Amino acid sequence: MDRGEAQRAGLLVSAGFIDLHAHLREPGFEESETVATGAHAALRGGFTTICAMPNTEPAIDAPGLVAELLARAEAARGARVLPIAAITRGRAGKALADLVELARAGAVAFSDDGAPVDDARLFRHALEYARAADLLLVEHPQDLALSGRGVMHEGSVSARLGLPGIPAAAEETAVARDLSLLELVGGRMHLTHLSTAGSVELVRRAKGRGLPVTCDVTPHHLAMTDEWVAGSRTFAYDDHRADSTPKARRGVLGGTESPRWAYDSSTKVNPPLRTATDVRALWAGLADGTIDAIATDHAPHASVRKDVEYDQAAFGVAGLETALPLVLGGVRAGWCDRDVALAALTAGPARILRITPGADDWIAIDPDAEWVVRGDEIVSLGRNTPLLGLTLRGRVVQATVGGEVRFRGGRVGEAHAAV
Amino acid sequence: MKWSRRHILDTDDWSRDEIESVLETTGAMVEVLSRPVRKAPPLRGRTVILFFAEASTRTRVSFELAAKALSADVTNVTASGSSVEKGETLLDTVRTLEALGGDLVVMRHASSGAPYFVAERTSTPVINAGDGAHAHPTQGLLDAYTLRGALGDLDGRRVVIVGDVTHSRVARSDVNTLVPLGARITLSGPPTLMPAAWRCGALPDGVAYEPDLDRALDGADAVIALRLQKERQESGLLPSLREYTRVWGLTGARVARMRPDAPVMHPGPMNEGIEIDAAVAHGTRSLVETQVRNGVAVRMALLYLLAGTPSLEAA
Repeated sequence: MDRGEAQRAGLLVSAGFIDLHAHLREPGFEESETVATGAHAALRGGFTTICAMPNTEPAIDAPGLVAELLARAEAARGARVLPIAAITRGRAGKALADLVELARAGAVAFSDDGAPVDDARLFRHALEYARAADLLLVEHPQDLALSGRGVMHEGSVSARLGLPGIPAAAEETAVARDLSLLELVGGRMHLTHLSTAGSVELVRRAKGRGLPVTCDVTPHHLAMTDEWVAGSRTFAYDDHRADSTPKARRGVLGGTESPRWAYDSSTKVNPPLRTATDVRALWAGLADGTIDAIATDHAPHASVRKDVEYDQAAFGVAGLETALPLVLGGVRAGWCDRDVALAALTAGPARILRITPGADDWIAIDPDAEWVVRGDEIVSLGRNTPLLGLTLRGRVVQATVGGEVRFRGGRVGEAHAAV
Repeated sequence: MKWSRRHILDTDDWSRDEIESVLETTGAMVEVLSRPVRKAPPLRGRTVILFFAEASTRTRVSFELAAKALSADVTNVTASGSSVEKGETLLDTVRTLEALGGDLVVMRHASSGAPYFVAERTSTPVINAGDGAHAHPTQGLLDAYTLRGALGDLDGRRVVIVGDVTHSRVARSDVNTLVPLGARITLSGPPTLMPAAWRCGALPDGVAYEPDLDRALDGADAVIALRLQKERQESGLLPSLREYTRVWGLTGARVARMRPDAPVMHPGPMNEGIEIDAAVAHGTRSLVETQVRNGVAVRMALLYLLAGTPSLEAA
């Protein structure tokens, strides 16, 4: 259907979503995702453009690898794929990759994501060098020493579950470092997947004094809290109901809300799911423009890496296909205007990347359609999401790339029956 | 009350009635153990699988004696070190356990939450015999039973737990069992070995933190010392074992700050001379051996309740 038909059918028409942060796993981890499966999973989620993170095996740190990625994406005929290349050779954090040549081969930004550039001196030089060609660095802010062997947010929930925690300060000290270096050097720096109230405040103040920093937040950090590790499946923006009803059968330490979902490794993600206060602060940051974009950090994993003990499981949530309903949940709670939230999925990331997507990349959304997240309907090879079995509201009905309809969901207006 | 739980994973969501029910059944098991022939028939023909993926002699032997005292057949499945390193995953082990077809699995594992993983993937009831730093339900229950024996009603009683709370499943299970019975808990120990949220004041109901052990012990009704793992020093959490002993070791003088005859407990194995003086460990207040004895009875009680409370008398 064309735009007019979509509008007449009562659907919301939007520019195609742009994801600044997705892991496509190819080459090296094709059992978890490929460029093709990731690019099609993106369309189901409404993303017509996605940036592919370079933490593959080998890492995307040479022009030939960028070209190969682009060729695979072209052949897949899914979402457009924009390569992000590594900042350091082999993502080893020791020496700079050939940033200018990588950019000429098609890299739109640079990141060692999965890890920070831990060496502050090297990160400073990366920022300085990137200025030469006006390149964008996407930094994953994390103090590796402080996060240590943590597997979830450090707080009341980790205390009662007996799991090692990652303090908010592990992110905030890194954000502070990165902002200091940006102030020293200048350039284009984007901080990805901010998760704490403190990080948002640091960026708000930095922007207030004119630093050219941008940042994003993930849909899962906007919707879920550390209580999800203990088995809760209550969205942060729905939790006002939970406050008034005392939780039955919860013991002294607070308890595991549902034994079936407690210690479910699909809730293990880096940065970790934080507290309700942090989630509220992320929404406030989104609403006031401190946060420029919503990026999925889509991190698919084959079941062998997730179907293990919590502390041994890989970090990551597969997020491309469920981003929209999680964002709309907060909009419905009144935490952010719908236009602002949708801009964070479209114009926001476009501005950060300095791209101008064509008007023929567009999607049709049924914002009120309810559907159940089912493993066998997930397009991504990674089914690692704590949303399995839950009913979400809001879905993408059609995704059009370059004028070609590349994804069509269930019938217009159809809601999957909840079973 | 009617017993309705299928698994024993954690006591954190147990009602007081459920805890009382286990303690009452434990009393019946103590009676069985005092018979000339320490054996009752209720689990005859059933197989209990002891799956210990982390080294433990005491708890394993305690469960083995408990199962045998109820006439169950007992099989041991051991796995050492990380299953990932071994190339056999926990999922493989679960499938094996399922195929072996035991009637009940008792498991110990170094990862917090591992019993939830197993319970969700098997049709067999699971008893958590200790998972990482999370829970050790039978230890909490046996400590409650032992304290009841020494103090009577626990309502309003104050119990000090001293040591490495962060890494202690025993501390968590003691809190979860004793607080619903009316006791108040004072945690003590170095701030580096206290969960950050609890140290910063977000404490569970009925629980306080007092870093100064002398103050914590003043007028207390009982103390439970936790085992200190020596590697905490290497990971930068403690300056030295010597300093730990000076500041948080249980000495005769410290114990005397409690109410007269207030008991001293320890889950074992003890590092005598580090977290507890030998004289205190084996002194008149010590209930350490009583804990070990009661441990068998508590485990019998849980096996019996999970088996559907068959008759304790020979047919």
